[in-house]
Amino acid sequence: MSVLVGPGTRLLVQGITGREGEFHSRAMQAYGTQIVAGVTPGKGGQQALDGTVPVFDTVTEAIAQTGANTSCIFVPAGGAPDAVMEAAAGGISTIFCITEGIPTLDMIAAVEVVRRAGATLIGPNCPGATSPGSAKVGIIPGSVHREGRVGVVSRSGTLTYEAVQAMTDAGVGQSTCVGIGGDPIIGTTFLDVLQLFAADPDTDAIVLIGEIGGAAEETAAAWAAEHLADVPKVAFIAGRTAPEGKRMGHAGAIISGGAGTAASKVEALEAAGFRVAGSPTELPGLLRDAGYRG
Amino acid sequence: MKIQEADAKTLLVEQGLPVPDWEVAHTVPEARAAAERILAAGASAVVIKAQVLVGGRGKAGGVKLASSPDEAEKVAAAILGMDIKGITVRKVLVAAAADIAREFYMSAVLDRAERRILLMGSAEGGVEIEQVAVDHPEAIIRHHADPLLGLLDYQAREFAFAMGLGGHLKAAVAIAKGLVRTMLAYDADLVEINPLAIVRETGPDGASVERLVCLDAKVTLDDSALPRHPGLEALRDPDEEDPADREAREAGLTFIKLDGTIGCMVNGAGLAMTTMDLVKRAGGEPANFLDIGGGARADKVAAAMRIILGDPKVDAILVNIFGGITRGDEVARGLIDARDVQERDVPMVVRIVGTNAAEAGVLLEQANFATATSLDDAAEKAVAASRGAAAQGAPS
Repeated sequence: MSVLVGPGTRLLVQGITGREGEFHSRAMQAYGTQIVAGVTPGKGGQQALDGTVPVFDTVTEAIAQTGANTSCIFVPAGGAPDAVMEAAAGGISTIFCITEGIPTLDMIAAVEVVRRAGATLIGPNCPGATSPGSAKVGIIPGSVHREGRVGVVSRSGTLTYEAVQAMTDAGVGQSTCVGIGGDPIIGTTFLDVLQLFAADPDTDAIVLIGEIGGAAEETAAAWAAEHLADVPKVAFIAGRTAPEGKRMGHAGAIISGGAGTAASKVEALEAAGFRVAGSPTELPGLLRDAGYRG
Repeated sequence: MKIQEADAKTLLVEQGLPVPDWEVAHTVPEARAAAERILAAGASAVVIKAQVLVGGRGKAGGVKLASSPDEAEKVAAAILGMDIKGITVRKVLVAAAADIAREFYMSAVLDRAERRILLMGSAEGGVEIEQVAVDHPEAIIRHHADPLLGLLDYQAREFAFAMGLGGHLKAAVAIAKGLVRTMLAYDADLVEINPLAIVRETGPDGASVERLVCLDAKVTLDDSALPRHPGLEALRDPDEEDPADREAREAGLTFIKLDGTIGCMVNGAGLAMTTMDLVKRAGGEPANFLDIGGGARADKVAAAMRIILGDPKVDAILVNIFGGITRGDEVARGLIDARDVQERDVPMVVRIVGTNAAEAGVLLEQANFATATSLDDAAEKAVAASRGAAAQGAPS
């Protein structure tokens, strides 16, 4: 098993003929992900990735011809919310939006349309997800992973690579690594992913990588205290030195009115039974301390 | 992006909200002339308000009343040039002093958890809403706008009645809907009216009438949406933007200056925060947050180096790159080029892992850069380098 992506993933890439879309599609294909279709309006009928992937004008057409069930979006910020809604309306069940810099309010309607379609949106402004050994969707370098049984969920990109690399170096493999995105409005929260991991028979431990801003870590911690009491859980929170009122790169990473601080998140996570690392390199050791033997 | 009160009020007026007239003055004579006009039009006094983007200007003495042109001149002279939390006041807003009967609070904000626009209101206006939230959470009225339809009339009515504005229902509904409309029209993160006030005014027949008006306004704009509102870029206040911030913005870098001595150059926001945290943990103080972004090439690296070295307190630099989209060898070349032209030499610790890290390692070694393999090791080496530099620079 694993969550969100796996052997059953039949991937459609929206924006496959763009520079980023093509580059990362090649990496996903090389990792073993089944890319069944691409969509670029106006380029229907062409072939992408050296003739291995058919390109369609619309998502509906791509699904009808290929049975795609998952989408990865590399469309520029202006068109990305529309691409998300097109995927949801077409019947894609799992949508990854990698695009960064989408105007925040545009995502309110997009998230609602996805919800009404019964689909799952991960991101925007996220690195995607990898289930090591079976498939990766997004831009996480495949080389950082190792197959295993720890579920990783994070708001970051490169920080996730750093943490996962530290785990892999220590021999701690992953079931699925999910980057949920650094924007204020995202489709899938920490809590949603913890619920998926809780139900996944192949995930035995949890790594949560959060950062300042919002209260999603606190909400997830409260749920984990009750529903993941016996599961080894570790966490890392970035931004202990971040000043209040400044947006730390990610649009969502801001402490406002004294809320959303690293201290508040660390406290909530520790109270919920997470071991909180002072550096990403400590995560594998803390997993062992928490009783993980995988 | 934060904008000044006067600019926020202009946006509200564009959306049809009731805001009493005001003028903006950059000099004492301008402020006096504005006060003369407003007093001549029948106001008993004027209020003069410092236009700065930091909170707490009232407490700092940046908001004062004046009842004559002479007094207005004196007050404006005191406020213009005043320092409020490190910002020099360069302009003031001048308006008729309102005769306030009652104050309220109303705002439209982004509710991240619910993924909707949240309308918040309170009958306790003029005070910090965060304090009200702590002391009397029940005193804050909350309504979410529909995610597809916006704020509906019945929602605005419910909200107005709950706030105790039934006596000014029509105006309150118009203002509530106007706040959400303003948020959507300009892609604002926040539109806040504090205070929203019932003021007494003299009607055309000389009798006193009450009116609901926006006395203060605060609007912050979504940076990600600025490209589609080219007119709003003009509201960026050059007086309050640090030159280093401007250079970073123009180079496509995210830079936030802090107080420490160790400059940080990192790819990715989460990793950049983590790098700062680890510098602190190793006993040092980070001088900045700097994210060079994904796929950063040599020119961006050079700009980042220039900005970091522009801070005279920086005595060591830590470069931390986890190559994914970003190629390590390109960053290494950028660092080597930048060092050749930089104005002053400070010790640098470079850690490059991920894509093309091996090539980067060879380049850095040939160029005699100090390198590190682990993140913790890099932070410790940078702190040691900073201490060494501080000891050398200290008077004997």
